[in-house]
Amino acid sequence: MPVIAPEKCNGCGLCVSVCYCHALIMVDNIVTIIEIEDCGWCTQCEAVCPTGAISCAFEIVIEEH
Amino acid sequence: MAIQLEFLQSIPYFSGLGPAELHSIEKLIFEKTAERGEIVLLEGEPADGLYFVASGVVKVFKTSAEGKEQILHIVRPGESFNDVPVFDGGSNPASAQAMGPVTLYGIRKSNVETVLRDYPQVALNVIRVLADKVRHLVSLVEDLSFKHVIGRVAKILLEQAGDGKSPGPRLTQQEMAGMAGTAREVVGRSLKALEEQGAVRLDRHRIVITDKEALKEIIEAPS
Ligand code: SF4
Ligand code: SF4
Repeated sequence: MPVIAPEKCNGCGLCVSVCYCHALIMVDNIVTIIEIEDCGWCTQCEAVCPTGAISCAFEIVIEEH
Repeated sequence: MAIQLEFLQSIPYFSGLGPAELHSIEKLIFEKTAERGEIVLLEGEPADGLYFVASGVVKVFKTSAEGKEQILHIVRPGESFNDVPVFDGGSNPASAQAMGPVTLYGIRKSNVETVLRDYPQVALNVIRVLADKVRHLVSLVEDLSFKHVIGRVAKILLEQAGDGKSPGPRLTQQEMAGMAGTAREVVGRSLKALEEQGAVRLDRHRIVITDKEALKEIIEAPS
């Protein structure tokens, strides 16, 4: 799942508003991520976060033939 | 409709205005809501007004003839969009879509003119806002028009890929953008282009290099 840096989160809720799978919830004004299979790694939560508190990191692998 | 004066004051367009001035501007504002995915403005249509995001996020984008999308701006609360046609009288230069549920504050074109005439401070603010947007667009144009950004992204992928035994570092699009010296929007588009060329496959949180040789060719291609 995407990773939150709670110390950077300002509680604006923009990531929650764009996430279609309801993986992000607000707890005590800080975003918390719940494990959800439907997260399609759309990275929109990362794109809209004004403070860079969310990261959707990619693992880069080489497919061997 | 309850428009908060504090919110209006936080909008760069209206900074420096007092409560009385904000009150009279407030009367000209109409509210509009949209659901996730809803298109709030369509490129090429006549412009009806200027919009501010009150809550939620809007993405402003252009679509190419082949249906490819390029994000120009991610518009967050307090920020404006569709400014240009309101001032130059042309059609909407780009489309805008709600990324989640959004509330917008709009001001009709004719009313924008009234505000500018009555409050010269707003005109000064507008210059600053537009200058910022021009600066952002100029750097976007620079990156989109030179092919070497795709090559740089391809190089990062090849250099950062795990060797199969130990996993490589995990990178966000933001980090790749920093490494390639470009904007996040350009990385997103470069990854899609590499996928279309059959060099990589985006598999949820993995970028799978499916054709190493093709990737090398893209890196070496003259720009
Ligand atoms: S990547 Fe997309 S689906 Fe997953 S948590 Fe972020 S916004 Fe939600
Ligand atoms: S968008 Fe960023 S700052 Fe805002 S609530 Fe989400 S993680 Fe926090």
